[in-house]
Amino acid sequence: MMDNKMIVEGSLETSDKGFAFYGRLPYYRGLGLSMIEDIQITVDGDLIPRADVRFHVRGKTYTLDQMETVYDDRWNFGEKAKIIAMKAGGLPEGDHKIEFAVRMRVSYLPFVPTTKDTKVLALAA
Amino acid sequence: MPIQRGVSLYSFQNETFQGKMTLEDCIRTCAEMGAKGIEIIGEQTFWGWPEVGVEDAAVAEWHQLIAKYDCVPVSHDFMLDYKRYKGREMPFEEQVASVRKDIEFGARLGMKYIRALVSIAPEVLVAAAPYAEEKGIKILIEVHAPLHFDHPWIIRHAEAFEKSGSDALGFLPDMGMFLHAFPPVWKEKFLRIGVPQNIADYIEKAYADRVLSEYVILNVQQMGGVGPAIGMAETLRHNAAFEPKRMLDYMPRIHNVHGKFYEMTADYVEPSIPYDEIVKVLQQGGYEGYICSEYEGNRWIEDFMEPDSVEQVRRQQVMLASLLGEPAPQLRAAA
Repeated sequence: MMDNKMIVEGSLETSDKGFAFYGRLPYYRGLGLSMIEDIQITVDGDLIPRADVRFHVRGKTYTLDQMETVYDDRWNFGEKAKIIAMKAGGLPEGDHKIEFAVRMRVSYLPFVPTTKDTKVLALAA
Repeated sequence: MPIQRGVSLYSFQNETFQGKMTLEDCIRTCAEMGAKGIEIIGEQTFWGWPEVGVEDAAVAEWHQLIAKYDCVPVSHDFMLDYKRYKGREMPFEEQVASVRKDIEFGARLGMKYIRALVSIAPEVLVAAAPYAEEKGIKILIEVHAPLHFDHPWIIRHAEAFEKSGSDALGFLPDMGMFLHAFPPVWKEKFLRIGVPQNIADYIEKAYADRVLSEYVILNVQQMGGVGPAIGMAETLRHNAAFEPKRMLDYMPRIHNVHGKFYEMTADYVEPSIPYDEIVKVLQQGGYEGYICSEYEGNRWIEDFMEPDSVEQVRRQQVMLASLLGEPAPQLRAAA
């Protein structure tokens, strides 16, 4: 549900250290961070290594490994989190195809869902 | 007391997710439809719940809105994430403590009920029942497809509830378990993602004929179905046309009802769930609680159109008012 609303339109930004966009969890209730098992980002077909992904929400930044033991913070329902990819040099201006996938552990589901969105975002000069 | 109408704000998730409707918009919209009972999923409506907590100011705003629109808090639906820790299940005592927190939160919100998901073990709920009694809250386990009132897991819950002697434990049936026809919005979605027309027609017909899901899946494979065609056939594993009258044995413990629906047509019909029969059974059983609209068609159409959840809920409320013998609620709420 709401997979097509995961990547926030017009939110792509870049710096010397990498790039970032706003992402939402496509789930009807949000989730505690320890239950976010993985976030995968690809840009123009290249996968960002897991160790280079950062999750930033309300002033706090986490690596994916750190998130696995965060029991006192959440990715709230509809909340726009900044999804950061560490990538030296960032991205050049122009259009970029971003793929964003989240794997989450949901207590009551008899499977581990992965949700995914792909959008082309423009980076202004 | 006659059956009353309510809405689970889950119904408006497509709008609230995108910030198109505030909590006040949701409550006002329900009130305008004469659906005065308000049900929420606590952690959807209140950011921070349960891991961070919810400030008193947010709870005060809730009570102010409920009073302003003359509504009634009905249920806080809680989740209990017993898989919070990677690789190990939450220990029993901690699960009970977690339910106690939700009982407390439900009481802060003025709820009569809190909804437990059906995967929670009966022992956890029984252990939390004394605290629920103390707080004047009932814990209702949601009986939801593919489970149903004759399933051994539900019977086990019922037995545990009886043995506990507590009247703070009960059931919240989700009307989606009475899926009498394959929902048109499901079929249309499967056609859009590539299921061949003949296979989609076959599955719809096989559902109407009540063919066992495993036979339907095999037949679809033999018709050459792959990918989404198998996915469409597999929905039959998780849905079935159980009988509304099966609720009658459990009426003393049924205190809230999820008015699940996938689509309301312009002439106020849910094509897949027999609400006329459902309302008759509930009335026969002396049910005195709310039927809370739970719109779940959004996820079946959002790939090609923006859902209009308010209009869908309005249509269901018109249908329910008619089945309950009330005058029709007029309006389309101003958005």
